Amino acid sequence: MAKHVSVSRRIFIFFNYIFLGVTAFICILPMINVLAVSLSSSSAAAAGYVKLWPVDFTLDSYKYALSKPEFVRAFIVSLKRVALGYVINILLCILVAYPLSKSKKMFKWRNFYAWFFIITMLFNGGLIPTYMVVRYLGLRDNILALILPGAVPVYFMILLMNFFRELPQEIEEAAYIDGADYWTSLWKIYIPLSKPALATVTLFIVVGHWNSWFDGLIYMNSMENYPLQSYLQTTVIGVDFNRASLSNLASLAEVSDRTFKAAQVFVGSLPILIVYPFLQPFFIKGLVLGSVKG
Amino acid sequence: MINNKRLRELPLHLMLLPGVLCTLVFSYVPMAGIVMAFQKFVPVKGIFKSEFVGLENFKYMLSLPNIYSVLWNTVFIAVMKIIAGMVFPIIFALLLNEVANDFFKRSVQTIIYLPFFLSWVILGGILIDILSPSSGIVNQFLSYLGIEPIYFLGDSKWFPFTLIISDTWKNFGYNTVIYLAALTGIDPTLYEAAIVDGAGRWKQTLHVTIPGIMSIVILMAVLSLGNVLNAGFEQVYNLYSPQVYSTGDIIDTLVYRIGLVDTQFSLATAIGLFKSIVSFGLIVLSNRLANKYAGYRVF
Repeated sequence: MAKHVSVSRRIFIFFNYIFLGVTAFICILPMINVLAVSLSSSSAAAAGYVKLWPVDFTLDSYKYALSKPEFVRAFIVSLKRVALGYVINILLCILVAYPLSKSKKMFKWRNFYAWFFIITMLFNGGLIPTYMVVRYLGLRDNILALILPGAVPVYFMILLMNFFRELPQEIEEAAYIDGADYWTSLWKIYIPLSKPALATVTLFIVVGHWNSWFDGLIYMNSMENYPLQSYLQTTVIGVDFNRASLSNLASLAEVSDRTFKAAQVFVGSLPILIVYPFLQPFFIKGLVLGSVKG
Repeated sequence: MINNKRLRELPLHLMLLPGVLCTLVFSYVPMAGIVMAFQKFVPVKGIFKSEFVGLENFKYMLSLPNIYSVLWNTVFIAVMKIIAGMVFPIIFALLLNEVANDFFKRSVQTIIYLPFFLSWVILGGILIDILSPSSGIVNQFLSYLGIEPIYFLGDSKWFPFTLIISDTWKNFGYNTVIYLAALTGIDPTLYEAAIVDGAGRWKQTLHVTIPGIMSIVILMAVLSLGNVLNAGFEQVYNLYSPQVYSTGDIIDTLVYRIGLVDTQFSLATAIGLFKSIVSFGLIVLSNRLANKYAGYRVF
């Protein structure tokens, strides 16, 4: 359609590109600034010289962060949490989604179970009763306290269930005639056919576990068991930094803290930044899958 | 073909078992724990021996001096977030939809989507740094324009707006993608028909594009009704401080402080229950409306 493009349209397109580009840049600017701060010398950061590019480039803050055993330990706890949490979440997600994807005719109890899970999305006991249950079960300071309370990710389960339902039923019927039972058909047919949905769910589960911090804060008594985000919450945010009072004149020690905190923040988001570009095609797909269901 | 139906269904029950058990213990038992809201709960006595006090905790809740400002803050912050979280992404999606260059379009989406995947701890750390009145880049920029430094996180006048803007920023990419998906779903023949009828770009936007995404806009608005009491605990907790409690304290942070910091378990449970019940009503209502006007069903 190589047609005549009017002058006003051209002007619009030009300014549209500029506007979109600038907005996108503003969205990413805070991250760039903090990254630049983390790579600058503490004096340059304190003097406010750092804008978008490191001043007096140095890796000192990163070396300092990685030389702190607590930081490294918290990082490892987080990795463990993500690995264990992911396995349990995806397993339960599949095992619940599959039976619920059956019609009521095939599985009489389907609606009962479906409501059993949906209700937990609509209503919950709240912070204190949930905390009490974890406490009475003696799960404090146990990594399972970070995993079991959210063991069935109901939202993603529904997403997967809807995906399963869209798969052609004939395949399973054919497999059934060939002697396959539900377990075989789930394992051999449904899971291989659902890779795009599973990839999306995987992304959200992994990111969710990596990003969780509040449960670590309340269920772990000892800081040794904190995952990284909980650790960062207490060290970077919890210690009042620039917020204590209006007349808070930053001392020199606090200021050199600035590059160190920036470095920690950056390391804390590093795993996400690394996988992010690769998973990008999946999350748009998955989102559309989940939200635009009539 | 299937002789024994119950036997045939057995594997399905077995598959559900682990998920059901976990949900029972960690979702349904806490629901039963709500009785704490009607007790004078003492941990050593436990839930069965604590004294029953009826609605005493709720009465006490209403007598708290800050309860009304907390309720107001919650609703104000949540509603403003919902509005800003729709208006800006819709405008942005409309403009992005006009871009013909696919690479540019995808790059912009990727960039604006990034904050969505970072936790409020990380974003809190970033915001505290860039909004610092002394050395933060935002106030440096403002002083370059001749504006006095603004204490975004410490001034109770500014704090709610800092919350609203930073929340819009975090969810910007996610929301934009939703509306963009709706825009790309519009039937192209509608545009062709409009062109035949002599509609220019602007008229096409007005009469094809906007009606085309109206149903998803209404759906999102209706569904967000359930979030009117969710002002965003994770965000507020990471950004607030005592000097902004007057405008920044919300139900969830109050429950946390009363319950887990001051260990007044019953009172905190009562406040939490109040919130859950109102939210539940709103969710049911919003789903009804969404079903009625947009044919939406959760499952």
